[in-house]
Amino acid sequence: MPTLTLVQAVNDALKTAMRRDPTVIHFGEDVGPKGGVFLASDGLTKEFGKARNFDTPLSEDGIIGTAIGMAMNGLKPVAEIQFQDFIFPAFDQIVSEAAKLRYRSGGQYTAPMVIRTPYGGGIRGGLYHSQSGEAYFCHTPGLKVVVPSTPEDAKGLLLASIEDPDPVLFLEPKALYRQVKGEVPEGFYTTPLSTLRTVRTGKDVTVFCYGAMVPVCSKAAEQAAEKGIDCLIVDLRTLLPLDEEGVLEAARQTGRVVIVHEAPRFCGFGAEISAMIAENIIEYMEAPVARVTGFDTPFPNTLEHHYMPDARRVLDAIEHVAKF
Amino acid sequence: MTIAEPLQVIAQDGSTAGFQVDLSNDALLHCYRTMLLVRAFDDVCLKLQRSGRIGFSIPNKGVEACQVGAASALEKTDWIFPSYRDFGMALYHGVKPVEMMHNMFGNDRDSARGRQMPVHFSFVQPIHFVSISSPIGTHIPQAVGAAYAMKLRGEKQVCLASFGDGGTSSLGFHSGLNFAAVWKAPVVFLCQNNGYAISCPSEEQTASESYAVKAKAYGMPGVIVDGNDLLAMRKVVKEACDRARAGGGPTLVEAKTFRMGGHSTSDDPTRYVPKELVESWAKKDPVARFERFLASRKLWTPEKGALLAEDCTREITAAVGEAEATPAPVLESIFSDVYATLPPHLRRQGQAAFDLAARVGDAAAGGGKFPL
Ligand SMILES: Cc1ncc(C[n+]2csc(CCOP(=O)(O)OP(=O)(O)O)c2C)c(N)n1
Repeated sequence: MPTLTLVQAVNDALKTAMRRDPTVIHFGEDVGPKGGVFLASDGLTKEFGKARNFDTPLSEDGIIGTAIGMAMNGLKPVAEIQFQDFIFPAFDQIVSEAAKLRYRSGGQYTAPMVIRTPYGGGIRGGLYHSQSGEAYFCHTPGLKVVVPSTPEDAKGLLLASIEDPDPVLFLEPKALYRQVKGEVPEGFYTTPLSTLRTVRTGKDVTVFCYGAMVPVCSKAAEQAAEKGIDCLIVDLRTLLPLDEEGVLEAARQTGRVVIVHEAPRFCGFGAEISAMIAENIIEYMEAPVARVTGFDTPFPNTLEHHYMPDARRVLDAIEHVAKF
Repeated sequence: MTIAEPLQVIAQDGSTAGFQVDLSNDALLHCYRTMLLVRAFDDVCLKLQRSGRIGFSIPNKGVEACQVGAASALEKTDWIFPSYRDFGMALYHGVKPVEMMHNMFGNDRDSARGRQMPVHFSFVQPIHFVSISSPIGTHIPQAVGAAYAMKLRGEKQVCLASFGDGGTSSLGFHSGLNFAAVWKAPVVFLCQNNGYAISCPSEEQTASESYAVKAKAYGMPGVIVDGNDLLAMRKVVKEACDRARAGGGPTLVEAKTFRMGGHSTSDDPTRYVPKELVESWAKKDPVARFERFLASRKLWTPEKGALLAEDCTREITAAVGEAEATPAPVLESIFSDVYATLPPHLRRQGQAAFDLAARVGDAAAGGGKFPL
C-alpha cells in the first residue's frame, strides 16, 4: 500500500472516482492548471481534461448553485470551496437549496453532490483562513457533514460521499494535509458514512474529537497514560447524521467524557454530544462532561496557538474528569 | 458599446503630448517616492517571508502606479475601501511604513493587535483606510453605504472601493454597483484588472468584452484606463470623484495592469502564467515609465532615482527593526474587541486560559505555515 499524506489521499480519491465514473466532475477556484491552492486537484486537468476539472469565476454562490443543477441532471459534481471561511456567499444555496431539494420535491429532485473544503486553524491564517464552521451546517437537516482525520479515511470517506445520494459537506482539516501520512489502499473502496472510528481503546475517560483535533487528543492520551489515566479516543468522522448509538456506547464505557473541537464553544458540536449524554445516559456518568474548544471569539492570528485546543488543555480536562 | 483603447497620458517613452499636468513638481516627486516605497516594502517583505520572519505577504510589483495614481485623486477626508494589494494607497496618504510593518509582524502595536493575517491593514488616520477583510467583494456594498451617509449629510466626500478582476464575480460587486447607481451614491469603483485572480485568467472570469462595460448595465459610466500610467489613473479617478462630489453618482473604472509576481508569497505563478506574458508586461513597467516622464521634466536622473530608492529601503528597514522588536500581543487581546464590553462568558474563558497557563505552562507556538 502506498503511503500518502492526507491531501494526496484526497487527490487519489478524486482520481479514483473520476476514473470509474465519467459523470464525476470537479471544479472550483484555482483547481485547474494550478491544481488547487493546496494541490488537492494536482494533475486532474491533465488526466481528465478541462471539461471535467476546471476553474470557475470567483463566486462560491455560483459554484454551489451550478453544482446543484448538475446534480439534479445526472452529473456527480464535486465542488471545491477554496477555504471553508469563503463558503458563506454559498450559504443560501447550501442551506436553502441543496439541503432541502429532496424534501420539498417529495424526492422528485435530489442533489447528490459533494462540497469539499479545507477548514480549521494551525496555518497562521488569521480570522478568515482558519475557521471551523461545522456547527452552522450540522444545524441544517438534509445535509451530511463529514470530517476525516487520516489519509485512509480521507480517501474512503470522500469516495463514500461521492457515492452518497445526498449532498455532503466534506470538511478537510488543512492543518493535517501534510502533517499526517499513512498507508492508503489502492483503487476504489469506501469507508461507510455515519460510523465512528476508535483511535485508541481505554477504560477511564472517553475523548470525542474529529479532524485536526484527533492527533492533539492522541498526544494528550499518551501523556495521560503516563499519569495512569487510560483514555478511549473516538474519532466521530461523520458529524451528521451522527452514529448516536456508538457515541452513547463509548460514553457509557467510561462514564467520563471530554469533547474536543477547534470551533467556538457556544452552540458548538460538543454541546450536542453533551446534551445527548445528559438526555440518555446521565445515570452512567461519573463526572460532568468537559468541553475543550476554541474560545467564543473570532480566530486570532499571532496567538492562534492559544486559541486552538492543544494537548496541554486536553490533558487538563482529562485529568479533571478522571479525578472528579 | 465598443470600449476604446485604455486611456493613456504618459506614452511609453515618457512624453505626454501637451497634457496639462495638474500636480506640482513636489507632488509628482511624492508620487514617485511613494511608488519606490511600495517597491521597497514589497522587496523587504518578500525577503522577510522567505527567511521565515513573517508568515505571508502580497507582491505589489507592477501595480504601483495604479494604486498611487488613484490615491492621488483623493482628499484626506475621502474614504478608501481597499483590497489587500493596496499598499500604495495607504503610503501615499501618509500612513507610516512602520504602522504597516506592525501588521506584517502581527505584534501588539498592530492596529488589529495581531488578530489579522499580514497585509490586512486598518487605519483611520491620516485617511480612512478601512479594515481589510479576506472574503472577496464584501467591502464593495459597504463603500456604497458609507457613501450614502456622506451624501445624506451633504458632505462632498467620496468612497473609493478597490478590488480585483476576480472581485467582479462576487455577490458584493453586483449589489454594490446596483445600489450605488440607484442611490447615485458618491462612490468610485476601481477594478484593478491585473490579469489574474490567483491563477484564473480574465478570459475565464468574464465573457464581457471588458470589466468596464459592465457599468452600462448598472446605469453608470465605465472607463478603461492604462493602469501602469500614473497620470492617466489620476485623471480618470479624479474625474470620477469630481462627478461623485457634484451629485453625479458612481463610476466604474477598470485599470489594466499586471501582477508581476505571484498572487502571494505562497503562490508559484510559473504553473499558470505564460513566460512571454510576463516579459511583455516587464517592458511596460510603471515606475520606469514615470521616471522617463520625470526625466523629460528634468526631475529625474538615474543617480537621483538610486538615491531615493536607497532612502526608501532605509526607511523600510528601520520599520522592520522597530516592528520586529515590538512584543507579540498579550493573551488578553484574544478576548478584547469582540464586543464593546467584555461579556461574562468571555471573561470566564479568558480567566481560565490565564489560570491554566499559570498552572501548567503556556501554549507553544506551532510550526504552521500559510500555504496560499
Ligand atoms: C469569497 C472569497 N473566495 C475566495 C477567496 C480566496 N482568494 C483570495 S484572493 C483570490 C483572487 C482574487 O483575485 P482578484 O479579485 O482579481 O484580486 P487580485 O488578487 O488579482 O488583486 C481568491 C480566489 C477569497 N479571499 N474570498
